[in-house]
Formats: sequence, C-alpha cells, structure tokens
Amino acid sequence: MTGQPADDVAVKVDGVSKTFRLPQEQLHTLKERSLHPLRRRRFDTLHALGDVSFEVRRGEVFGIVGRNGSGKSTLMKCLAGIYQADAGEMWLRGRMAPFIELGVGFNPDLTAHDNVIINAVMLGLSPDEARQRYSSIVEFAELQEFTELKLKNYSSGMQVRLAFSVMVHVDAELLLIDEVLAVGDAAFQQKCYDVLNSLRDEGKTILLVTHDMSQVRRFCNRALLLERGQLAAIGDAATVSRRYTQVNFAVPDDADRAWHAVIDEDGDDAQVLEVWTQDAVGRRGAAIPQGTPCALMMSVLFRRAAHNPVFAFTLNDEKHRGVLAVTSDHEEGTSGAFEAGERVVAGASFDNWLAPGRYSVTAQVAYAGMGERVMTLAEDAGSIVVTGTRPSGGIVDVPHAFFVNRVSPTPGSAARPTAPAVERTGG
Amino acid sequence: MNAPSAPAYRVRGPSAGGDDARRFWNLARTLAATDWKVRFYDSVLGYVWTLLRPLLLFGIVYFVFSQVIKAGAGVEYYGVLLLLGMIMYFFFSEVTGGGVTSMIDRESLLRKVGFPRAVVPLSVALVAAMNLALNLIVLAIFVIGAGVPARWEWLLLGLPLALLLVFSTGVAMLLSALYVPYRDVRPIWEVVLQALFYATPILYPIELLAAHSPTLAKIALMNPVAALIQEARHLLVGAPSLTDALGSTALVAGPVAILIGVTWLGFWVFDRMAPRVAEEL
Repeated sequence: MTGQPADDVAVKVDGVSKTFRLPQEQLHTLKERSLHPLRRRRFDTLHALGDVSFEVRRGEVFGIVGRNGSGKSTLMKCLAGIYQADAGEMWLRGRMAPFIELGVGFNPDLTAHDNVIINAVMLGLSPDEARQRYSSIVEFAELQEFTELKLKNYSSGMQVRLAFSVMVHVDAELLLIDEVLAVGDAAFQQKCYDVLNSLRDEGKTILLVTHDMSQVRRFCNRALLLERGQLAAIGDAATVSRRYTQVNFAVPDDADRAWHAVIDEDGDDAQVLEVWTQDAVGRRGAAIPQGTPCALMMSVLFRRAAHNPVFAFTLNDEKHRGVLAVTSDHEEGTSGAFEAGERVVAGASFDNWLAPGRYSVTAQVAYAGMGERVMTLAEDAGSIVVTGTRPSGGIVDVPHAFFVNRVSPTPGSAARPTAPAVERTGG
Repeated sequence: MNAPSAPAYRVRGPSAGGDDARRFWNLARTLAATDWKVRFYDSVLGYVWTLLRPLLLFGIVYFVFSQVIKAGAGVEYYGVLLLLGMIMYFFFSEVTGGGVTSMIDRESLLRKVGFPRAVVPLSVALVAAMNLALNLIVLAIFVIGAGVPARWEWLLLGLPLALLLVFSTGVAMLLSALYVPYRDVRPIWEVVLQALFYATPILYPIELLAAHSPTLAKIALMNPVAALIQEARHLLVGAPSLTDALGSTALVAGPVAILIGVTWLGFWVFDRMAPRVAEEL
C-alpha cells in the first residue's frame, strides 16, 4: 500500500516510526563539552511510534486514543509537520490545520484584533484572508465590544473563545485536534461539540486525539488505539473504546497493592490520619470491581472536642467532576460526641456503580452544621480505580432495566405492550 | 464526499524553507509586524519615537565626535560617515544579537505549528530592516544638513545594504541553530559584537588606521561588515572605495569570500538543524 493514497482517503499513514533521543546527561555549555571532549554524548532512545499504519477516509471523524505517553501526540505532531518521522510515509489530502493548542502565537501585549490575525496566519490563512474573516471571527466568539482590548485583559474564558473561533474560521478540510476540546466551561464545551458536529456534517475530515472514551463514542466513526507507540487496535469507535477501557482499567497496575494514603496534614482541630477503600469483607485495595459493594474509609484524630461532627467523602473523576459526595450528616443526623485526642474510623459503604475509571478521594471533617466550619480537609488524599469492561460513556452505571414498548397497534392485532424486552442489571 | 478531491500531498516534516514561498513570506512578515507593534505599545508618542530616538541619539554622537573630540579632523563629512557606519553596524548587531535566542524565544510556536523554521530568524531580520529604513530617513536629514552634494551613486546604496541583510541573516541563522544545543553562544556573541564594533572603522576613519598601520587597516576590512560600510561610505559621500582602501582589487576577494562562506555556512547549519529543532528545544 505504498505510494499515493486512493481518492477517498484523506490521511494515509504508512509504516511511520519516530524515535526520540534523550540525552542522559545534559551537556549544555561549551565548557562542559570541552571538559569531556572524548566522552560521546550518550542517549536513551525512546521509541515513541513504531511502524504505525492506517488510513482515514474523507469525511470521517477518526479518534486516536491511548494512555499518556502512548504516542498519540507524537503521531499528531508528525502529521502536522512539527516532528520529522524517522521512517514511513504520510499523505494528506486538502488543507490541513493543526490544533495542538488553542491560540498558538497569542501575545498578551497585543489587541484581540492583532492576535486573531497572527493566530489565523499561523494556522494557514494569508494575512488578507485573515483580515476578511476577522469580523465573523469576533462575532462568533461574541467579543465584538472587546476587540481593542489587549489580550492580557481578557479572562481565560474569553481567550479560549477567541482562539476557538479562529480555529473554526480557518476553513481547513482536515483538522488535527489534540485534546483542545477539554478546556473551557460546560457551555463552551457544548459549543465545541456543536461546531465539531457541524464540521463533520460539512464533510470535513477530523482526527481527534483524546482519552475521553465518551467523546470517542459520541463523535468518531472509527478510532485507533495506541499502546507504547504500537497500533493496538483499529476499528469502529465503540470497539476501540471498549478495548481501551479493558486495557486500562481491567487490570490496573496497583490492583493487588493494598491502598491507603497516610495524610500528613496537621489540622488544628482534627487530623485525617488515613484514607482507604475496602471491599465487602474489609480487604483494603485501590481497585474496586464495578458492581461490588465497597466502602470509603478514613481514620481521624480529634485535637479538639466536637459534638456531632460531619464526616464527608467526595469522589472526583479524571475531569475533576464531582461524581459522588456522601456525608455522615445525611446518613444519620448525629455522629456522636468526641473528646480531644480521640481516634475515630468513619466510612461510607455503597454499591460501586461508578463507570470504570480513576477517581480521586477527598475526605473532610467539619463541625456540626452545614459543613462550613471545616475541622480538617484531606484533598485528593488518594485515588481509586473502578475496574470493569463495559463502558457506557456515562459517569455512573446504575443498575437499570430497559423497556421497548409498542404503542401503535400493529396491523391485524391488538396493541400489546411488551415489557421488559431487554433487561440489564449490570455487572 | 461531494467536494472534488484535492490532490494528495506527502508530509515531509519540518524544514528550514518549506515548499510554499508565499506562506513563508506571510509568516515572516506577520511575525515581524507583531514584534514591531509590541515594541512601541504603551508609549504616548508611539511610532514618532522610531524617528525621534535616532534623531536625538545621532545628534548627540554627531556633536560629540565632530565638534568636541574632532576624531575625524581632515576627513570630509566625517559626521555623516560616522552615522552611516553606526546605523549599519547597529543593524548587524540587532539581527545577529536578536537572532541568537530567536528559536528559543519562539519555542511555543515551533512546538505547536508546522511551518518553515527559517521564518523565525528572518522575522528578526525584517524587524531590524524596518528600523534600518527609519534610521536611513534620519540619516538623510543629516546628509542634507551637512550639505553633501547629491550624487548618482546614491542609487546604488541599496546594494551594500542588501548584502548586509543577507550576511546578517546568515550569521543569525548560524547562531540561532548553535544556541539550541549550546547556550553559551549568547554571552560569547555579546562579547564578539562589542569587540567587532571597535575592530570596525566606525568611530575612527579608516584613513586614521591606515596612517598608523596599513596592514591593520587591510585586516580590519576583511570583516564583511567593515567592507560593506566602507563601500556604502564611498557611495554616499565619495570616501575611498573598498578597492582603494585595500589597495588592490585582488584583496577584495577576502571579505567577499568570508561573506559568502559564512552566509552559506549559516544556511547549511540551519537547514540541517531545522527538521529536529522542535524536539530539541
């Protein structure tokens, strides 16, 4: 399959490899070099990409997934002409615009107007084209009143809006997008997705680097999975994202190691000594299979007496979204009276219906009330991994039943509800 | 799928010059324009300073060296020659001095967008060229003020200036490429620029040096910057031409060879470094 790609192929990558040389010791100055004239510079080699081949058809949204360091961004940078591949061929069709980062070339000391022009030229427009599209760019970003303001006076949200707007107006047929959609607030992300959808509908070819499997399932026709620079899987988005979840969360690295975090935080009023998770029979561990009962635990040393303190746990997912928040207040109403110097173990047990993934645990103890007077707070005290092989794309996978009911009468027979046609209880 | 299929093209990775001359030029002038704007932001008089500053500076130098010190006694239009030499040397110093760190300064661009790498040092040269043009306007005021008779040779002044631009850019490319792995290039070059300023007949006329030691004068003119300044002085007010100052046509080959050699070396080294610069920054 060497040589020119077929007519309907927008991206062709054929046997691409990339190795980085990482100097073992940095000899940055001439003096260092002249002191060691005979010493050869020794390099560690990092095989970032090894013999990767794939094709993307025109009009496809193609996901590139993999863990950090799997070579996704290297592949993207080779395609964007930032890195030179060591071996293999890459072919593109149509104008390509790389979005490795939003707002490349932005200068805080210049006005929005100047920055839009620079950014658009960097992304491939001519200065004339950039000037022509300028007004629709600021209009799209909803920043018409602020165009003569220096960029440093923009909020970060405004800067992102401006940068994203430029990206939309660059008019590329082939977009390389590297996780840029992960920035901004929820409303902005929604706008990003809307734009992505409309670009897809216009028939643009999009390569999307991400490790968010819900994005892959929502937007991508096909995807490939990279593992340590090797092509591990390629196929339809659902299959590849399932494979990703299997690879990364079925057997986590620290699955066997009992997990607990020893907190070294000296609160004045109380101190969280340990945070850990355990299974139904009290075994500690960081990996919790989906669908099994488990408990979040903390041990606390009180330094002051407290009456009915509120114990709380928060779980955040990798995108820092709060997924679960539980407090003793809601559960029982009263937790008891504790003396200074007393040690307490508190825990919250629940059936683990979280989506497979990694979560960070925050533990907190507060004085009685609404929880506003904090005694001690152990933020992101540790992380737990929910293992499972069946990602839904949601934040939680609660047990559920699925119904398909026929509501219009079928010809020749009476209306007949069919309940439950499909039932799923998860696990 | 309904759009006509554009031709496929092969991604060849980053290079010094790229294969799209228009994009190269668009990028270089946009980066240069940006730098230029940032420089004069927040000043009340803004662009007026670009003319006023050299006017005041040159006025002081002109007064001190031609009225107080009288360094060029006996040399016709010494003040104007002094200013021309300074303007050209400052241009060389701005391009090469700014060029050294240019690749590191533009690190974020180089690591995030694929574009011809030589755009970066060239944009530095363009900014300096804009400065040079403004300084030449100021120089014209002094030339008229000094009563230099108009000469048709003025039309040729662009030639040494263009050669100076090429040479300076070549040196800047060499230094910017070397600076990525060797950070001591910058302090070394600062010293070299300082030394070269005094080794170039700018403050003192070449005649003064020649009267002292003809050999030293010839060595000084082997420096392409000194040679180009001498030639520009000749065109501007009829000072001795490079050939006259060196005393023989054959010796002109010296600075010419150095100019071509160093420029070529700069382009070659930069071209070799360009494909991998993004990963070595």
